[in-house]
Amino acid sequence: MILNYSQPLEVTNLTSWLDSTLRGSLSEFWVLLIEFVIVGALLLAAYAVIALILIYAERKITAFFQARFGPNRVGKWGLLQSVADMIKILLKEIVKINRSDRFLFFAAPFFMIVASMLTFGAIPFGKALHAIDFNIGVLYVTAVSSLGIIGVLLAGWSSNNKYSMIGAMRSGAQFVSYELSAGFALMTIVVLAGTMQFSTMIEGQRYCWNIFNGHISSMIAFVIYLISGHAETNRGPFDLPEAESELTAGYHTEYSGLQFGFYYLAEYLNMFIIASIATTVFLGGYLPIQVKGWVDFNGIMDYIPSYVWFFGKTAVLIFLSLWVRWSFPRLRIDQLLNLEWKYLLPINLVNIVLMVILVLTGLTLTDLLPGIF
Amino acid sequence: MRSIAKYFSGLFIGISSLLKGMSVTWRELWTKKVTQQYPENRDTLVISDRFRCELVMPHDENNEHACTACGICQMNCPNGTIVVTSQMIETEDGKKKKILDTHQWDLGMCTFCNLCVITCPSDAIKFENTYENAVFTRSKLVQKINHEGSKLREKKKEVKPVEAKPVVEAKPVVEKKAVEEVKPEEPKAE
Repeated sequence: MILNYSQPLEVTNLTSWLDSTLRGSLSEFWVLLIEFVIVGALLLAAYAVIALILIYAERKITAFFQARFGPNRVGKWGLLQSVADMIKILLKEIVKINRSDRFLFFAAPFFMIVASMLTFGAIPFGKALHAIDFNIGVLYVTAVSSLGIIGVLLAGWSSNNKYSMIGAMRSGAQFVSYELSAGFALMTIVVLAGTMQFSTMIEGQRYCWNIFNGHISSMIAFVIYLISGHAETNRGPFDLPEAESELTAGYHTEYSGLQFGFYYLAEYLNMFIIASIATTVFLGGYLPIQVKGWVDFNGIMDYIPSYVWFFGKTAVLIFLSLWVRWSFPRLRIDQLLNLEWKYLLPINLVNIVLMVILVLTGLTLTDLLPGIF
Repeated sequence: MRSIAKYFSGLFIGISSLLKGMSVTWRELWTKKVTQQYPENRDTLVISDRFRCELVMPHDENNEHACTACGICQMNCPNGTIVVTSQMIETEDGKKKKILDTHQWDLGMCTFCNLCVITCPSDAIKFENTYENAVFTRSKLVQKINHEGSKLREKKKEVKPVEAKPVVEAKPVVEKKAVEEVKPEEPKAE
């Protein structure tokens, strides 16, 4: 009850009200069915809406980095630009490529979109806004987000096009390499948090975010996770699978209309997913900034709803990724693999050992300064 | 040993140079945007005075111009953009005189080489920087640049001080009638 009083903007109230109303008149089976459908529809809607917002934000921020204005003709400040783009992409013809592997060609975008959709469901957006939460959440996210690469490889293979093939192969090499780093970086934090479940992991960060709790080791893991996440989403300096100067558009060269839209959507959503997992794992997820002992401050911070905290932190990380993207030139494939295999991976392995030592010897911040954190 | 030191120094040099690059883009993020918002910024848009957009014939407040219809601009035009048509009239004192009928300029064919303006002996035409020249039909590109009902500016009779040296007039429109006048830089027409 005190929660209801102090956090009037949370959706917990709405969801619990809905649940109790449904249970009042329907049997367990129908309640669950209705709730599953609602959750699925909401997730799909959020998927599309977040992608549209991200596309707009990306174009705007990109423009600001290049001293331009970005889209500013459609709607106020160009706010409707990505909606217009979406309508355009929906109306475009889906071209059937001659001598392509028809079945795989059409199946490939679905792998991409399903993989990112599955990961999307596991993200805790806020209190009570968490569709899939079970005890191996981190493992689940790592596993299903890697399915996307199958879509990329299939697209490159089935297009029957050299550019697509090379792009897909590069993407495969890149993804397999960097997934290793991303997994290890997450593992470092699993060692620290002692759990793989996102909700418990978040609750454990109430007064001290994981990035501070494991200090040096966490920081390194955070940076490595951001770098490898960036590389996994084929963006920024790591976008050589779709290097337009060499490969026209890489693995999605032959795609048009909605199928291309799937790839486009999945690219932006993957950026969001990477940022939100980093938020959840390192930056305390949807929890507000809380300091032990400062009751008034904590109350005020608690008043801001949890989804605002979540999207705020995620937005900061997305901005960071855009900043990186527009700062650095594209890597060559050998430089890319050098970075992973010669730098990130060894550092990461040492880092895990360091984290284990920190945790076992009680050198984390919560152990060192229990009064403050 | 050397290679290990190189590995770590390379790592840290790399990180510092990446951070330097990010600081540059961070500053760039806050710089003033350079994009010209064209149709909206019409009022503040600065077009250089020397920018040649449209051939005009300046007319004064009496609707008089300086063109003597000599046709030099037409002769000098490299691609036949200018057509000067003249007519012969008889002045009241019985002299025959050529006056300008129409001075027609085709924007669509003009290369803005400025030869007509340079060679005009009377400085009757010039290029203006009115830059919005788009029209919907090609026929509108052909313009008559002398105004309706305009006529040649008559040379005023000036009473000059005796000791005054011959002055090069700023407006060298020469009238044959002004016989007593010291001739100011007679254009070498014909």
